[in-house]
Amino acid sequence: MTDTPFDWMAAANKKAKGKRPEYFDDPEDERMLSILMAVVGEVSVLRERMDTVERLLDAKGTINRDDIERYTPDKQAAYERGAMIREYIYRVMRGPHQMVEELQQTEPPVEEVSRELKEI
Amino acid sequence: MSSSTTPEQKVTDQKLDVAPPYNAVARHGVSPTPSHDEVARFDFLANFNKFLSGSLGAGNQLTYDRRVLPAFLKEHGREPQDRFEIRHAMNDDPFHKFWSALKRNSMEMRQQNGRSMVLRQIDELNAKARQYNEGRDTLELNPEIDVPRYQSAVDIHCMPGSYHGEELSGDVSAGANYDCGIFATTAGGLGALSDGGGQALVDWIKKERPGWQPRRMLDIGTTVGHNIVPLALAFPDCEFIAIDTAAPILRYAHARAQSLGATNIRFIQANAEDLSRWDNGTFDWVQTTMFLHETSGKALPKIIAEGYRVLADNGLMLHLEQPEYSDAMPLFEQFLRDWDAFNNNEPFWSSMHALDMKEEMVKAGFDREELFETGVRAVVDQEIFPEAPTGEDEDHGRAAYWHAYGAWKNADQI
Repeated sequence: MTDTPFDWMAAANKKAKGKRPEYFDDPEDERMLSILMAVVGEVSVLRERMDTVERLLDAKGTINRDDIERYTPDKQAAYERGAMIREYIYRVMRGPHQMVEELQQTEPPVEEVSRELKEI
Repeated sequence: MSSSTTPEQKVTDQKLDVAPPYNAVARHGVSPTPSHDEVARFDFLANFNKFLSGSLGAGNQLTYDRRVLPAFLKEHGREPQDRFEIRHAMNDDPFHKFWSALKRNSMEMRQQNGRSMVLRQIDELNAKARQYNEGRDTLELNPEIDVPRYQSAVDIHCMPGSYHGEELSGDVSAGANYDCGIFATTAGGLGALSDGGGQALVDWIKKERPGWQPRRMLDIGTTVGHNIVPLALAFPDCEFIAIDTAAPILRYAHARAQSLGATNIRFIQANAEDLSRWDNGTFDWVQTTMFLHETSGKALPKIIAEGYRVLADNGLMLHLEQPEYSDAMPLFEQFLRDWDAFNNNEPFWSSMHALDMKEEMVKAGFDREELFETGVRAVVDQEIFPEAPTGEDEDHGRAAYWHAYGAWKNADQI
């Protein structure tokens, strides 16, 4: 036995047993999306923290770190923060979200439209 | 360009469908204490999961109807025969691939986020659990109980270490991580203590059989005891036995139950395939809640048969699961409901839901006339927590709305 302290950060990253499904043709894309989604999550965390700071400053004028850690939104603030996260998700997920619209309606390439406009 | 700051539009009417904040989750004696940012991580995931099953998830049906099915018909000259053919075809579709990749990432992030919160305070959590566990005869661990292959083949729900894993000897991290993250994956659909299923069972039995006082109840595959604690509090004179094969999850479950005042539950490490320590007819109520899909083809009938044996006449057997894949369920819905089987490490999920549960219960000994089915929706504080969506926005496989397969044993002969 050694006295090496338990590295909870490394332990938190443990892989679940079971082969991971492959979603993309290139394995690097899997890794890139996992990094990107982690960053997407962390940006949301920063925004929520900033919102906490702003609300506390509005209410109190001056704050310390404990105030941030202890902050609990009331019902209206909780809803507004939920709406803020939702708005953020819609903004960063614009690409995949637009795929849904593309599926609803097939569109001709703009090149084709260009040829058409030339003639009308 | 204007230099004035635009204040964000104030939302006065709460009409958007947003998840409740993780702050609204109730704490008990072994809850991890979240930091501000750990709360915010779960807030993001809860809302992201709503987006995945709602607005973005709508693309799955669209791509199937417009691209995948027409291509399949062209190639094979016939409709898909089963959910597996649909899955193989959908797995080649760019939209579905991307949706699945996002959802898989959401599941993995939930595990990482939950584990990092729990593991950074693991010493404190273990100490809290010890206070509730040490010297109590209501927690009975048995190192002789092997982890069954169906629990060890893969880590269920992509939960690293599964239910039986320990990071430090004797720790409760598996239970604490499982418990805290349910909020994120169900977007708060199971309520403040993630016990909306147990609350629903209390409501259901009080309506179904008013005044009934079961003497002894067995909860099989109890996990962290979410669904048994509300029943134990509602029936204080009943003796509850809650079993599971995993010691780490039972340590957490016992401490959690004790801290919530449910002292009439004995948590025992045992495998339900062999309930020989209990005599025939010991229990008035034998149940599983969202457990049978985590067993196996041979274990499931053994568990139901053993449950039948230890159930007293006029006693209740109840199994809560997602609805089975009957012929009446469209194949596309079966495919959607199967997502977790292949993408979130639930390897028995697909076969289990294809079983005719009524048939399984008849094989265990029930008369067909004794069987009943009913729907059970999570009971949550709707001031804060949402009622689980079903239908178009349903998060298939995760919706807090279950199908109950039940029977009253020999009730007509009493």
